[in-house]
Amino acid sequence: MDAHKLQRLEGLSKEARRLLVQMLGTLGVGHVGGSLSIVDMLVYLYYEELRIRPEEPRWSDRDRFVLSKGHAGPALYTLLAMKGYFDKAELATLNQPGTHLPSHCDMKLTPGVDMTAGSLGQGISAAVGMALAGRLDRKDYRVFCLVGDGEMQEGQVWEAAMYAGNQHLDNFVLIVDDNGMQIDNYTDEINAVRPIDKRLEAFGFAPICINGHDFHEIEAAFQLMHTIKRRPAAIIMSTVKGKGCSFCEGKLSCHSMPVTAADVASAMSELQ
Amino acid sequence: MLESKEMRKVYCETMMELAAKDPRIVELEADLSGAHGMKPFQQAFPDRTFNVGIAEANMVGVAAGLASCGKIPFVHSFGTFATRRCFDQITISVCYAGLNIKIVGSDPGVMAELNGGTHMPLEDAGIMRTLPGMTIFEPADSVQLRQALPAIVEHPGTVYLRMPRRCTQSVFDADSYTFHWGKADTLREGSDVTLIASGVCVANALEAAKLLAEKGVQARVLNMHTIKPLDEEAVVRAAKETGAIVTAENHNIIGALGSAVAEVLCEQCPTPLERVGIRDHFGQVGKAPYLMKVFGITAEDIAAAALKAVARKA
Repeated sequence: MDAHKLQRLEGLSKEARRLLVQMLGTLGVGHVGGSLSIVDMLVYLYYEELRIRPEEPRWSDRDRFVLSKGHAGPALYTLLAMKGYFDKAELATLNQPGTHLPSHCDMKLTPGVDMTAGSLGQGISAAVGMALAGRLDRKDYRVFCLVGDGEMQEGQVWEAAMYAGNQHLDNFVLIVDDNGMQIDNYTDEINAVRPIDKRLEAFGFAPICINGHDFHEIEAAFQLMHTIKRRPAAIIMSTVKGKGCSFCEGKLSCHSMPVTAADVASAMSELQ
Repeated sequence: MLESKEMRKVYCETMMELAAKDPRIVELEADLSGAHGMKPFQQAFPDRTFNVGIAEANMVGVAAGLASCGKIPFVHSFGTFATRRCFDQITISVCYAGLNIKIVGSDPGVMAELNGGTHMPLEDAGIMRTLPGMTIFEPADSVQLRQALPAIVEHPGTVYLRMPRRCTQSVFDADSYTFHWGKADTLREGSDVTLIASGVCVANALEAAKLLAEKGVQARVLNMHTIKPLDEEAVVRAAKETGAIVTAENHNIIGALGSAVAEVLCEQCPTPLERVGIRDHFGQVGKAPYLMKVFGITAEDIAAAALKAVARKA
């Protein structure tokens, strides 16, 4: 990746984080931690990887993106707005009466959202179904599904992973946001899902471990992913919950927390 | 003429005919394709069959994903596991998401027979009824099943099909019956009481009507094949014209046909009502005729309830 591209992506990440924190600040509360941890991956997906047509959200040949950890909806809405699925001004309507942007992703409400999510562990099954449909229809789209590390405590994640591996679904890519925290404590303290790479490999995935905040590593992961045949890929990204904003970064309390005007102001200055 | 065919055989044959015409149809299994007689379908459409193994939650979720890509997925399991086991997946990934799949839950109520109480769906229709947009269909026999399946495919929303696997007592003549989506079938006219039945209790209700006729009581018999949305108009008309109602179902009296009819009557036309069904018990092992006696859903039980309802008329 050349310096120009890196600068561009980092600029987009800062813009996304600013929009995200402003959106949650307008509301005064929200799932800030697990939204900020996936921003860099979403920027890369939406600006470099996904084959999409923002002007035609239901284009049948599009790549699908399923945000299985549906509480990170605000991060996804930020990217969708930046890509032009809807006006950025709509971000201020998050969770307001009649909004198209509920806290958890809703495919019936939001253009560009490919699957409803909110009950953890379910999105991955739907994503596997989408990949199977693509194979059945001989279409070349890919399906990307992002799950949280805590979410992987749900048994359904492993039911779906087992089936994806056994079906050799190489049009399916699982992305794990391994930020190491869940609501009550560190994931390792509650009920560890690590080693995620070894576990997914045993289920038939080609695991790729990266730093989820390093665009060089993100790009290398996708380049490697494109060479994998007859196996689904799993990009396990080590991330920091609340990344990029000191009011919440790395704090156990940041899963869902108040976002004050002072928090927004400090984040804006950090994200210039 | 009345036919004597296994429901699952008619189901598989009809689904194969429909799938040959409609490439959107796909079928999903959770290790019960043999039990559901779907092996011929699998052989005819191997690419359109997905057996996920013993993982009903994943089966429903995968079906939701297929539906989001334009497929019409039919998922299959025993009624307990097709509903109770994956209720949240049906709620969020299917109904709340506005996706359209068809859920086939087999061996309702006492039809689970020797699989016993763990496999005996007595709450399936009740919990499915709580989901907005859900249609619940329970055929009275294989003739009705065959005619209803094309309509189930075409219906643009999720349907729960409550289907015995084996032979059931025939109700309809294949040569003369015409299925009407959402409309109860009037199987017998009567002016003293109306027996509203579903599934395998329809044959029992017809038998009960004969017993009642011997006592001079003329019973109307309705086959309420669709428990949701309920044919409210037929219920209210029956209440007004016959003045007493009995529901008969192979299900807990809480939640499904009896509850649905009670709700309509309470709000629209208060009328003496007796509910015949499993009276808030778990299932147990046994053959269907034995269990029908144990749980009190035989023709005799329905006739006795009808006399009670008639006696309550003002």
